[in-house]
Amino acid sequence: MQASTEALLILEDGTIFRGRSFGYEGSAAGEVVFNTAMTGYPESLTDPSYEGQILVTTFPQLGNYGVPPADGDDALKDFFEGSRIHCRAIIAQDYAFHHSHWLAERSLAQWLKDEKIPGIYGIDTRALTKHLREHGSMLGKIIIGSEDPGFYDPNAENLIAIASCDKPMVFDAPGAAPVALDGTLEPDSQGRPTVALVDCGIKHNIIRCLLKRGVRVVRVPWDYDFNTFAWDGLFISNGPGNPDFATATVENIRRAMTAGKPICGICMGNQLLAKAAGAKTYKLKYGHRSHNQPVRRLGTTQCFVTSQNHGFAVDNDTLPADWEPLFINMNDGTNEGIRHKSMPFFSAQFHPEASSGPRDTEFLFDEFIALLKK
Amino acid sequence: MTLEKKPQKVLLLGSGALKIGEAGEFDYSGAQALKALRQENITTVLVNPNIATVQTSEGMADKIYFLPVTPYFVERVIEKERPDGVLLAFGGQTALNCGVELWKKGVFEKYGVEVLGTPVQTIMDTEDRELFVERLREIDVKTIKSEAVETAADALIVANRLGYPVIVRAAYALGGLGSGFCDNDDELVALVEKALSFSPQVLVEKSLKGWKEVEYEVVRDRFDNCITVCNMENFDPLGIHTGESIVVAPSQTLSNDDYHYLRSLAIKIIRHVGIVGECNVQYAYDPASMDYRVIEVNARLSRSSALASKATGYPLAFVAAKLALGYGLFDLNNSVTQCTSAFFEPALDYVVVKIPRWDLGKFHGVDRHIGSSMKSVGEVMAIGRTFEEAIQKGLRMIGQGMHGFTENREISIPDVEAALKEPTDKRIFVIAKAFKEGYTVDQIHNLTKIDRWFLYKLRNIIDTSAELETFNDLAQVPDMLVRIAKEQGFSDFQIARSIFKDSFADDTDGYILKVRNHRKALGIVPVVKQIDTLAAEYPAATNYLYLTYNGTENDVDYRGDKKSVVVLGSGAYRIGSSVEFDWCSVNALLTARREGWRSVMINYNPETVSTDYDICDRLYFDELTYERVMDILEMECPHGVILSVGGQIPNNLATRLDAAGVNILGTTAASIDRAEDRNKFSAMLDSLGIDQPRWRELTDFADIEEFVEEVGYPVLVRPSYVLSGAAMNVCSNPDELRRFLKLAANVSKKHPVVVSEFVQYAKEIEMDAVADHGEIKAYAISEHIEFAGVHSGDATIQFPPQKLYVETMRRIKKVSAAIAKALDISGPFNIQFLAKNNDIKVIECNLRASRSFPFVSKVLKINFIDLATRVMLGLPVEKPAKSAFDLDYVGIKASQFSFSRLGGADPVLGVDMSSTGEVGCLGDDTDEAVIKALLAVGLRIPHKAVLMSTGSPKQKADMLEAAHLLHKAGLTIYATGGTCQYLNENGIPAIRVYWPSTPDQMPQALDLLHERKVDLVVNMPKNFTGTELSNGRKIRRAAIDLNIPLLTNSRLASAFIRAFTNLPLDKIEIKSWDEY
Repeated sequence: MQASTEALLILEDGTIFRGRSFGYEGSAAGEVVFNTAMTGYPESLTDPSYEGQILVTTFPQLGNYGVPPADGDDALKDFFEGSRIHCRAIIAQDYAFHHSHWLAERSLAQWLKDEKIPGIYGIDTRALTKHLREHGSMLGKIIIGSEDPGFYDPNAENLIAIASCDKPMVFDAPGAAPVALDGTLEPDSQGRPTVALVDCGIKHNIIRCLLKRGVRVVRVPWDYDFNTFAWDGLFISNGPGNPDFATATVENIRRAMTAGKPICGICMGNQLLAKAAGAKTYKLKYGHRSHNQPVRRLGTTQCFVTSQNHGFAVDNDTLPADWEPLFINMNDGTNEGIRHKSMPFFSAQFHPEASSGPRDTEFLFDEFIALLKK
Repeated sequence: MTLEKKPQKVLLLGSGALKIGEAGEFDYSGAQALKALRQENITTVLVNPNIATVQTSEGMADKIYFLPVTPYFVERVIEKERPDGVLLAFGGQTALNCGVELWKKGVFEKYGVEVLGTPVQTIMDTEDRELFVERLREIDVKTIKSEAVETAADALIVANRLGYPVIVRAAYALGGLGSGFCDNDDELVALVEKALSFSPQVLVEKSLKGWKEVEYEVVRDRFDNCITVCNMENFDPLGIHTGESIVVAPSQTLSNDDYHYLRSLAIKIIRHVGIVGECNVQYAYDPASMDYRVIEVNARLSRSSALASKATGYPLAFVAAKLALGYGLFDLNNSVTQCTSAFFEPALDYVVVKIPRWDLGKFHGVDRHIGSSMKSVGEVMAIGRTFEEAIQKGLRMIGQGMHGFTENREISIPDVEAALKEPTDKRIFVIAKAFKEGYTVDQIHNLTKIDRWFLYKLRNIIDTSAELETFNDLAQVPDMLVRIAKEQGFSDFQIARSIFKDSFADDTDGYILKVRNHRKALGIVPVVKQIDTLAAEYPAATNYLYLTYNGTENDVDYRGDKKSVVVLGSGAYRIGSSVEFDWCSVNALLTARREGWRSVMINYNPETVSTDYDICDRLYFDELTYERVMDILEMECPHGVILSVGGQIPNNLATRLDAAGVNILGTTAASIDRAEDRNKFSAMLDSLGIDQPRWRELTDFADIEEFVEEVGYPVLVRPSYVLSGAAMNVCSNPDELRRFLKLAANVSKKHPVVVSEFVQYAKEIEMDAVADHGEIKAYAISEHIEFAGVHSGDATIQFPPQKLYVETMRRIKKVSAAIAKALDISGPFNIQFLAKNNDIKVIECNLRASRSFPFVSKVLKINFIDLATRVMLGLPVEKPAKSAFDLDYVGIKASQFSFSRLGGADPVLGVDMSSTGEVGCLGDDTDEAVIKALLAVGLRIPHKAVLMSTGSPKQKADMLEAAHLLHKAGLTIYATGGTCQYLNENGIPAIRVYWPSTPDQMPQALDLLHERKVDLVVNMPKNFTGTELSNGRKIRRAAIDLNIPLLTNSRLASAFIRAFTNLPLDKIEIKSWDEY
């Protein structure tokens, strides 16, 4: 019998789930959200969009293939989406105490212990998911041992500021270490386009996807005024929490629009671009977190299976007249992207960079790059 | 809605009889496609001779033709029906091959029939290995390098260049037929020659043994939208056919990068080759890098797609049919949630394990190793929320006396290491044994190449089992350990055996109940979960359910209103129980629902229609063990349970369910027991004055010999405990009897044998009937074409009987009525009789639906299951009018054998069943029905010559007329010694050929076969002695391996020869079912 400590999940409405601990033996608190993806726990755990959240994986088996090595620079990991685990805790039905994969360097349990993140198994995650579906995402705390951390509401603070980087840096090529941007940015010696990348809590695969398309990337903190240097295209990353906190970013984007140069956004980037355009966002009942969200490109017969992770959405009805929805969720009709009717501005609510999830929409990066070269 | 034009009338090709590699999954896919077409108000025409299927039932298609799915018959149906569209992807390889041939012959073009869905060119691109490799090379997708050869000599050159081991495959073959691994030149030549008999082209390729095998089910619409509905991972590495491997869904050992790398490739492939509908892509995947090879692409619905549909709840066949009509995925709804789109990829919050079911024990001489060619006859699917739970459930479901991964009876494996290296059908239990003997995960991994993840999970089960075994008292076992055991899928039986050990055998049921009550008192009970395609993200509108101990909350509410009727299904398809019981189960569900009950199904076979969640109000995809059925009944609180439509598995539960107070609908458990218990039944027949073959249950040799003295040889011997080989045997002399008893049966007080008188040259007659409170309401008497001695499941059955004395019929009715009354039967039943002259003897009586229920129901056009269900529901049932039993046409049910898959097995028929499927065809007379039915099970009409060896003098005489007809028809007759002499003496020219035992004399019979000089082999053993059986075996086996039609029974051979010599093919009427 696997010896393990009892662990409790207590939701803000008083519901209690009893499980067993397999990760770090300490308590934690955050917003409890579920993800229905069947693969990708290393990517999800390091995804900055999960900042402040307790992740419930509905797929019942966790840890099967261990954890790949933490190779790469903190600013751009080889196998992770961020420099550290951003989730506050992870919950699954069953944990594989023995993993098996050629790339695995340690077990999930070991990684969680190393990063002081609790993990729980033995919880009826389907019952928990249905609870969240019916009552909406809610706060929860994990109690292991005697410590009660109290509830913590991540949406009450500016998570983007927490997840973003602290200084601008230049990524020159895939594999090359980034260098800090000091002073002014020189034009690229090879004549490649420069992309200003606003880090709202960026997933590293966005950087990889841009770099492999032969552009120079300047990654800047969320509130950095990127209008201070010359760029050919603006890219606004994903990020955690409530877009309302990012007023500084929205202001900067609004000013950038006047330049008429290409702008693209992903997830939080979609919401911030929408806000800059004048539209409103709202919180979804329990969000979209999965690898199987169907979206349709409006006015076409093209449909895509997408990877998603967001709790807020753009209100289609508030889009100004010169903007229109670009993609629509085929399940619930929510906004999945917007575009300007005449200017080269567009964004997606889902994750074309995937990682984790299906890669069917990576072509959006190509569309963005094509705009730069026009 | 994007549909531009819709066809008015669509032809659907079925897959014919169930065979190894092509089984019930195609009834399911075809039935779904028909449903999709009906929804569009399209007239449907179905060609499928498999009369036991659900798709060939009333109301499924507008026109149903019980005809062979061959180009000749299908063309004639097209000529008559003039459909404007045809679907080729729903009837397995049979339909696909037939369609490709018709297309090549220009038949579709000639009659203006549009091939809907995937274009024929795409089908050919994926079926022809060379084209396939080339097409994938165009998009830089790696395939297994293979070279096509057309002779054994070329194969040798290629193999030596690639280096052994190599794998050989036949092009255009289903389920890996004629394929295998070769380690040297000799093995290669043998295999290539066999493969070339099935296919003009054979492929030789380098083997990638030890790589993972992963497959994706991919869907594409004509707008180029693609989804992968499910991926699956084989437990066994490459080298074992996916049909022979335990399979898990979704993949368990792939990282996100692995999963999506292969997923993206699959989509790239399906786009490039241009599938419209569904296909499956199989990969070999390096366990130590991201290197891969595409093994194959199936441009049609497959066994895997049926499994994927059940595993995810995504109705692949239904959707594929809609896409073939021209819809986009975005036009369709997810049929589980009914509010979200069908364009999505299911998210599973459970683990699915598929386990194959083999029946190799039924065959003499068969090679029990599993490999690249398929031998399993069925499969089960188990659902759990841990891998351990799912696999233990599954191992119980396969129904071969196993209780899970542990706590089984000891199996004897002389060399565990060798058995791990060279897997047989006992593979998984060898692993259990290895763990018990102290092998480590790494050691087992090195020998099997099974991913360590699976092995660690299996070891968890072993560890729990070992921990349980440290206790001798239930009360001492920590509650947590009981809970963990249940979470890992341990049954009450396993827990009881591990704790009570030796004393367990004294009161098995009592100890199991003790565990049950103990854990229930602790609150350790299973919960019911829904399969909803979206992992609870959206509410599901269907009740597709399973039970798990990994959970605390039920997904469904129980009303306890006793308004439901639970139907117990038939489990895994196996020899002796297959699609016919699915038909029965489905019809019972439909009737129960029509009569206002909530219909509830329990079954776990992914190849069935009864496990389609829209066929009933609640589907429990779960075990049919006493424990699980009671778990469900305790929650469901039904009005009652029907256990007489699912074959023997539910029937066997009768007594225990009754003891637990379950309301068994229809015939009582006590009556079922009276019919099942040999002694009780015999006593009852005696008291009713009904004759039966003399039999005795005996425990020692002297008694056996004394009894045989009394009844005379031959005798039928049935051991109660089987050591090896077949369970039953006919012994013709003392020598044989002694050998069989020594070899196969360990006779003792504990293991008695039943010895019965074996009546030779007797007719076998079946009575299928429905009774109400002991009164017969409807009946069907059918006769076997073969004499008794051929298992009723293998026999060719004629209905209505054409050659029975009126007096015999009268007596059968009388005896049946007496038995029905004595057992107070309410529901379906079947009695088997022997008739010789006008004497009849009862061989067997089953108080449940029999294998022939769909056949007689469809021939008579009276649905016996509907009647029986209404009886069981207590509704008044009128007897059908007498005239309804008066038919002016004939139905023939013929058996399908899969010997070609079962290397080494002697394709001779005996008292143990060996067929894997059946067809039923109608004709205006016996000849017509016989010819259709036998062509439908793969026989072909000979045009050149027939090789005859006709056994005993009696059989020789029986075959004389047929030989005469063959000669008159201008066919050359080759015959072995005695047969040749007999024919010549009777004025029939025949050319003498020699047995393999006299290799110096020419011509050799085997050479004729290899040179393809004969196109029919009639070969029957003189008697059932071992020597006689082995004598003709080489001929029979060669006929099978070289794909030359073979008949081994004189009466069937005569019937076939009479039919095709009397009735030319073009005189056969093309009539649909409703035209009879």
